[in-house]
Amino acid sequence: MAEYQNIFTRVQVTAPPYPGVPLPNDGSIGGRDGKPFLQHLIGKFGDAQIGPIYLGWTGVTSILFGFIAFEIIGLNMLASVGWNWIEFVRQLPWLALEPPPPSYGLGMPPLNQGGWWLIAGFFLTASVLLWWLRTYQRAKAHGMGPHISWAFGAAIWLYLVLGFFRPILMGSWGEAVPFGIFPHLDWTAAFSIRYGNLFYNPFHMLSIAFLYGATLLFAMHAATILAVSRYGGERELEQIVDRGTASERAALFWRWTMGFNATMESVHRWAWWFAILCPITGGIGILLTGTVVDNWYLWGIKHHIVAAYPQVWAAPTVDPSTLPGAAP
Amino acid sequence: MRTTANRLKVVAALALAALVTSGCERPPIDEVQGGYRGTAMVQMYNPRVVAAQAANNTVPVAQAAAAEGGPLAGTVYQNVQVLGGLSIGEFSRTMLAITEWVAPKEQGCAYCHEGANFADDAKYTKVVARKMLQMTQKINADWKPHVQATGVTCYTCHRGKPVPEYVWFKDVDNTAAGGLGNRAGQNQSTAAINGSSLPSDPFSPFLLGSEPIRFTGDSALPAGNRKSIKQAEWTFALMTHMSQGLGVNCTYCHNSRAFNDWSQSPPQRTTAYYGIRMARALNNEFMVPLTDVFPAHRKGPGGDVAKLNCATCHQGAYKPLYGASMLKDYVTALAAPVPPPVVAPPVEAPPAEGEAAPAATPAETSSTGDAPAGVKQPG
Repeated sequence: MAEYQNIFTRVQVTAPPYPGVPLPNDGSIGGRDGKPFLQHLIGKFGDAQIGPIYLGWTGVTSILFGFIAFEIIGLNMLASVGWNWIEFVRQLPWLALEPPPPSYGLGMPPLNQGGWWLIAGFFLTASVLLWWLRTYQRAKAHGMGPHISWAFGAAIWLYLVLGFFRPILMGSWGEAVPFGIFPHLDWTAAFSIRYGNLFYNPFHMLSIAFLYGATLLFAMHAATILAVSRYGGERELEQIVDRGTASERAALFWRWTMGFNATMESVHRWAWWFAILCPITGGIGILLTGTVVDNWYLWGIKHHIVAAYPQVWAAPTVDPSTLPGAAP
Repeated sequence: MRTTANRLKVVAALALAALVTSGCERPPIDEVQGGYRGTAMVQMYNPRVVAAQAANNTVPVAQAAAAEGGPLAGTVYQNVQVLGGLSIGEFSRTMLAITEWVAPKEQGCAYCHEGANFADDAKYTKVVARKMLQMTQKINADWKPHVQATGVTCYTCHRGKPVPEYVWFKDVDNTAAGGLGNRAGQNQSTAAINGSSLPSDPFSPFLLGSEPIRFTGDSALPAGNRKSIKQAEWTFALMTHMSQGLGVNCTYCHNSRAFNDWSQSPPQRTTAYYGIRMARALNNEFMVPLTDVFPAHRKGPGGDVAKLNCATCHQGAYKPLYGASMLKDYVTALAAPVPPPVVAPPVEAPPAEGEAAPAATPAETSSTGDAPAGVKQPG
């Protein structure tokens, strides 16, 4: 006998595939393509129904441009290991398409000196922006609010700050991030050290607070709903019509344990703002780095946010290059 | 059927756990605090890893002390250019020690010396060894800010091997030449930079050239510091090598909240500062001039000579051989250049720098000068 459990469940409810509700403005199904079907394995993770899907010109061009960027990056990586597929797979996490050397400034460098990076960046940005437009248009066509597009836009803001706005303000594409798995992580560490420790950047602090805050809220909300799913807490319609046992318990639990509770609506506002403020504040912090502040640690000293520690060595260490007769 | 499925799940879970934890080291880990509490200035040592490294850091027994007095080696043997001022007793025990430290067991003296005529410079290894002796003396005499009184011997780097375990060659990266695939000197995992994707050869700019290592600005607001993030990555790579080479983390020399601030740095950073300069000087003064002496199979893919970095001596230890001084048993020979024996007015000027080209170097005798310059001693 299959039983319903709310962490891992073996129950999968199936219904005949259907194209979804018609669009509110014209009653059509608005260019939804493909005959929907059910897929049991997918049903383990979400709705078992696959399709129909809407692509439109934004979707098609976005995928095309994304594919071009993917190919430029991938072929450069493959060329960097001498077109050896085995080495490509083995070294993939280390490989990258690097931005131009700083000496080229904002000019167009030769293709193999960062030109490919600029072209890949152009196509990737076009792809991302077209996909953003698609999320906006689909939400509007469906009579939804644009919340998803604005949330996606927050992430795009951070992406554009890192690869476009900040390099332009710094006057060098070489300030931008390489396309690569480990290389972009090493870049991040080098970025922080170059600009005197990003931990003293208040917008970085805010970004981390929203990042951790968002995960905390997500965990609280998800746990609450799962905890009352035995009373139907995850069932949208019933909860809207009659906030019965499940919703009441969920609210009571938090009011009981911390004296205050979010509501069925407000918890999503909390989550949405925390989530979008993470990349928005992070992007502001990145944009100020190097342009407005060169050394965040010294900025922190200037504004009295750096703790002073006692000297634990016999004498303060002296920079040897300042001593008489020092070698460079 | 169900049992089989459950067993498979258990096996899969165990395999996943093994995969996830395969990069981990089991506790206990020894911790050594090096800075004020709460600053994470702590060195971590896995006692099992340390135990495995202990054998490599054991000092060989010193050669028995030489008898006092006796004639000087330079007056007895021919073509003794560097150690001629030692007594033959001291000279012999030094040669024996070098053989034990460097030469392959099955070859012994013959690794450097040709046949019966030990004065012959026919083997490149002998020419290299002479230069390396001068380097050792130079380090011990002039690089005390780095090696202190502990000093170095051949064994510090060689550890019983003819070529030290950790040397470096220039990165041969021709990916910038093609139409695409330029690695920009990066993104190639090598052990010397701890498997990171940082620049894989930070040695050429910093330990051979003298490119500026520092990149952090000294004012809160922009005041003309145009060092790029890419430059920071090159320094980062050098520092990663130092961490790897010494078996320590960043906080051994830095307070990581302000890497560049000397006033918050442990005193070890000063020692490391001189270490960087020492490695650079030794590569330029001793290794590069030997380029033409080495045969092709001892050179790198770019035809350059093997060069040294921090790991060459340190070999993963915070101090080579955990700080044991082998020099104390070989002070006469290795602590400083040995003054040549005082002899009758020399026919030729005494050999100075530039002994790199063996073919052009006369096989000299320090004693009587009866061998014509430029003529090899007969075998």
